[in-house]
Amino acid sequence: MEAVYAQYAWLVPLFPLIAFLVLLAIGRTANRSGPVIGVIATLASFVMALLVLFEQTAEGGMAYVWNDLEWIRAGDFVLAMGYEVNPLNALMLVIVTFVSLLVNLYSMGYMKDDPRITVFFSYVALFTFSMLALVISENIVQLYIFWELVGVCSFLLIGFWYTKPEAKAAAKKAFIVTRIGDVGLFIGILLLVWNMPGHAIDFTNIGNAFASGDISGGLATLIAILIFIGAVGKSGQFPLHTWLPDAMEGPTPISALIHAATMVAAGVYLVARTYPVFEASESAMQVVAIVGAFTAIFAALIALTQTDIKRVLAYSTVSQLGYMMLALGIGAYAAGIFHLFTHAFFKALLFLAAGSVIHVLHEQNIFKMGGLMGKMRITGWTFVIGALALAGIFPFAGFWSKDAILAEAYASHPVLFWVALITAFLTAFYMARLFFLVFTGQSRAESSEAGHAHESPLVMTLPMILLAIFSIGAGFFNIPGSDRLAAWLTREAPEHHASVLVMVLSNVFALAGILLGWLMYGKRTIPQDWLSARATWLYRLSYRKFYIDEIYDYVIVRPLRVFGYFLHLFDEFIVDGIVRLTANITLAIGRAGTRLQNGQLQTYGLVSMLGLVILAVAFVGWRFVINAG
Amino acid sequence: MNVIASYLILAAILFCIGLYGALTKRHAIIVLLSVELMLNAVNLNLVAFSRWGIVPNLTGQIFSLFNMTIAAAEVGVGIAILIAYYRSRGSSNVRDMNSLKR
Repeated sequence: MEAVYAQYAWLVPLFPLIAFLVLLAIGRTANRSGPVIGVIATLASFVMALLVLFEQTAEGGMAYVWNDLEWIRAGDFVLAMGYEVNPLNALMLVIVTFVSLLVNLYSMGYMKDDPRITVFFSYVALFTFSMLALVISENIVQLYIFWELVGVCSFLLIGFWYTKPEAKAAAKKAFIVTRIGDVGLFIGILLLVWNMPGHAIDFTNIGNAFASGDISGGLATLIAILIFIGAVGKSGQFPLHTWLPDAMEGPTPISALIHAATMVAAGVYLVARTYPVFEASESAMQVVAIVGAFTAIFAALIALTQTDIKRVLAYSTVSQLGYMMLALGIGAYAAGIFHLFTHAFFKALLFLAAGSVIHVLHEQNIFKMGGLMGKMRITGWTFVIGALALAGIFPFAGFWSKDAILAEAYASHPVLFWVALITAFLTAFYMARLFFLVFTGQSRAESSEAGHAHESPLVMTLPMILLAIFSIGAGFFNIPGSDRLAAWLTREAPEHHASVLVMVLSNVFALAGILLGWLMYGKRTIPQDWLSARATWLYRLSYRKFYIDEIYDYVIVRPLRVFGYFLHLFDEFIVDGIVRLTANITLAIGRAGTRLQNGQLQTYGLVSMLGLVILAVAFVGWRFVINAG
Repeated sequence: MNVIASYLILAAILFCIGLYGALTKRHAIIVLLSVELMLNAVNLNLVAFSRWGIVPNLTGQIFSLFNMTIAAAEVGVGIAILIAYYRSRGSSNVRDMNSLKR
């Protein structure tokens, strides 16, 4: 079958770009119509992306590459821009446009009273454009450009409420921390340019070179690790995860966008896109798997004790991204992408539901909420669906994707399997804690607004309902036994690692987590401080996020501050000193000049006479010297 | 010592006194007088050279006569300016005459 829609795949990122430019041009004058433009543009993108996806899934759908736009020619190095459509791209396009569309829709309600709503929508459009362009990029340099653009957009949106100092700090932190990862990726790209045969850096050639063994051994490991460092920064993996929870300072729809579809997905996507590079190196795969598994359990442990509704979700994102990395690291490519796919729906749903609660209560501390189930039925029920999907309860979407990862891990890495299983238990527990604290029991709100809490408007609940439907149903695209997604993604029949034991185990662990959460926070038969009173240091360790921020502060930030202070002193006194000295000398000469110009004729006369005397002395002296010599 | 030297030294002393007065005195009339002193030192030089110079002739004496005439005219104009200035500004102090600054 001829690829028809794939040829027009470049339209998908074009619509949000146009929306961005239009919104930028009309500015604040269009606070009413601006959001509509954003929604229409993403809707157009979504429809286009769907067409591309259907074409790819259809019988005999072919990958399509167009790269005729020559950008740089230096010697024998040619860098061509273009776009590529393959199953992975097409799937990502649909995820990104779908979540972005719903977030746009939701923001119409959530940001309704913000005076800079048009600016907000223009940023969202730019964000969507960057991510979509990143996804269809044909070579790694092009990907890097949009990779950075995604970083800039997240900076702009996290710091959207720039009058809040926390938001400003969080935006800066997000930008700087991800930049550390970007440096790794950049070095990796340079190494690729140097070492690839013919300096070809499009993904097809990279894949072939690594698969055929043109680049292997230590070099392949090095390149893979460097690319992974980029992904670690973007996807909030340990040890660069610290920016992601702080990014909660941004508006909640943005948290949904960043955590579900755009920013963090970019890291996982990068690893998936350059997967042949990782496959060429056993040790790089090990690193990816171990970092992923460690991040998963580490973030889950932190999420247990956080009190901010969005921070709990943020750490759960970090944890779930760890799952995806784990899957990619143990060679379960399709399972990782599958989890990215389902996670996008239920995480976006959870954030939008949390945003709905925050929108009504103007409160983010879960210990000051409670009893919202009766007042906010749609939010409550969609949150339940999202939480169950995240916890991995049969038959919600999260169950299928998590089970795919667990099954693969069970077959290859028993240790990592148990880590992942314990993480599943912790995940279920903190989601239960979150749900029971927020939606059941008595209201503990201090403000009077909680008294007349009400459901959010339709424009906000509709995206949540749509996402809830997908959170239930998205798992059935790839159930064990008919791994349609896996077969389609890899274009080959997948191996079967499905195991009933794993399914039962993961469900038992998740249910146990929920049960414990219910006993502690729902029914309260176990006192809430049962563990925190007995092992205070353990609780404190988790509550303070294992002191990672503090460690970074003392080990990196402060020494750099001191160093910077010395540089500042050097600049202040040496460099500036020279500049000021020059200025002062000129000024002093000028002052002397003005003192002479005092209008006193007698002074003028005196100066002229002195000049004459000096001239005469000099002339005579010169003559004297000449004659004497 | 040459006869002319004593005349020239006297003229130099006169000139220096005049210069000093012209540059330091506060009162405008005294400044004018000092200027006259410097002119007279020049006259003395001219006369001395016309009598004991290398080529003695009358030109020097005639020049000094011209000088005196011009000096008289100059003083006349100078005094007139000073009076006008005193009338408009109420002062004959040289230090107050600083409008060149502007």
